[in-house]
Amino acid sequence: MRGLGKGVAVLAVLLFCLGPALWILVTSLKSPGLVDDRPPSLLPDLQLDSYRIALARRGFLRSIGNSLVVAGAATVLTVAMASLAAYPLSRMRRGWRGPVLGLVLAASMFPQISIAGAVYRMLMGMGLLNTHIGLVLPYTGLMLPLAIWMLTSFFSRLPRELEEAAMVDGCGPWTIVWRIFAPVAAPAVFTTAILVFIYSWNEFFFALLVMTDPVMQTVPVAIAKFPGQYRVPWGELSAAAILAVLPLTVMVLLLQRRIVSGLTAGTTKG
Amino acid sequence: MRAGRIGLPMMLPALVFLCGFLVYPVLSTAINSLYHDSPVTGREYCGLDNYGRLLQDEQALRTVEFTFIFALSSVALEMVAGVLIALAINRVITGKGFIRAAVILPWAVPTVVAAVMWKYVFNDQYGILNYALFGDSLEMYRAWLARPVTARLAIIAADVWKASSFVALIALAGLQSVPRELLEAARIDGAKAVKRFFFVTLPLIRPALLVALLFRVMDAFRVFDLVYVMTQGAPAEKTSVMQYFGYLKMFPEQQYGYGSAVSVLVFLVIALLSVALVRTMGRRAVAK
Repeated sequence: MRGLGKGVAVLAVLLFCLGPALWILVTSLKSPGLVDDRPPSLLPDLQLDSYRIALARRGFLRSIGNSLVVAGAATVLTVAMASLAAYPLSRMRRGWRGPVLGLVLAASMFPQISIAGAVYRMLMGMGLLNTHIGLVLPYTGLMLPLAIWMLTSFFSRLPRELEEAAMVDGCGPWTIVWRIFAPVAAPAVFTTAILVFIYSWNEFFFALLVMTDPVMQTVPVAIAKFPGQYRVPWGELSAAAILAVLPLTVMVLLLQRRIVSGLTAGTTKG
Repeated sequence: MRAGRIGLPMMLPALVFLCGFLVYPVLSTAINSLYHDSPVTGREYCGLDNYGRLLQDEQALRTVEFTFIFALSSVALEMVAGVLIALAINRVITGKGFIRAAVILPWAVPTVVAAVMWKYVFNDQYGILNYALFGDSLEMYRAWLARPVTARLAIIAADVWKASSFVALIALAGLQSVPRELLEAARIDGAKAVKRFFFVTLPLIRPALLVALLFRVMDAFRVFDLVYVMTQGAPAEKTSVMQYFGYLKMFPEQQYGYGSAVSVLVFLVIALLSVALVRTMGRRAVAK
């Protein structure tokens, strides 16, 4: 009886989490005529027309390319700087670490609009609107606090004994960081990189402001601005949505353990 | 501090970046909020005029109101749904990897995509909700997103779908650190499941839930993507939120000075909330 209840609960969870996504998947696999059926048909006729149109006519592949470049570059830049900053923070005395981390956490909660105007003018002044770098820079600024917070929480769980031993042996501080600490810290850095990548891939607000040229649009902007003039092409839009989610789904399936450990960094005792 | 000598140089790049892309823009926005600045008026110092206008702008105040309604109701629902999901999938053995991946999915999906999905669910002609409720009676189909109350509920529903999974993942990590022996002992002492949850499990996962709550509250007050995609504030600005309103003023309408004042207001609301929340509950989590 208990097993049955648990099974029903799990099914309900799956339906809740996957339901809307499944409905979009079904829609994306319908032929254009079937999409317009009323009432909607629950089963697709398994045609790939919508995908073909989304990819070819609407240049969706280019948006995926833009997103890959921007999110990839922002991830590398963010994680590199955050790792450097998180190491000394994680080795700081406890009395100091609390307030500093509190500030970092507060910075990660800045609403985008409070910096949007000034950042926009800055980028315009530098001629960086509608360029990849023009989006990479604000993303790095936005993601840094979160990355520092996560990495500091990861790093402070790593034992200090190795570093202390190396110091006794006369290694300089940079040698300790690169030769002793970096190899141990690599998994934490990788985990943080996954999360920063997902957040950058999904970011919409700044992408909307900076990438006004359709050629430069990232995936979220392309999808948000997808609707045609008078009616929404739901089939193509669904196909685009599925394509946008595909890379993330693969990442989630392969890397779920790391994603969860990144999300819960700093919320439970290690 | 052992790393003292290299601590500052290591932190320097991040510090410079944070100053350039967070601190400077916020200060610059604050200064600009003291100017009339739009293509029509040109740029002219005006003291607190923009704030005076903001306090009398009924449309602005309505967006603040809905932002609070949205944030409070969606976060409350997400906390409950998240814990329920975590309880349901905790200690499931068959298909564990698949189930966990399914729970992460809503969190990983771009908010814009989630908004498109839900817009389609609530669609007046092809929406699955209309079909589920009214089947073949097409004349009964409702335009959910065209009415104030249902449009608001739709946006909340989309957020609850997307963010419950975040809460669930954090709650699940908390649940897995609850020692089995404790629950077993409570069971032997005759405590029923509900009682075991409230008196054993909940106190133990509370710190993790508080951090989830903090993140969710801050995030919910910044809602933008859902509104932009699902309703653009319609009908009659009833679903407009603070960040969307600020975006409209600052960019499409090019009222840079007034938009800056709106931005400062949004910043202050979120800053005050985050200070209050961190002070009351974040400290414990940070101190660890």
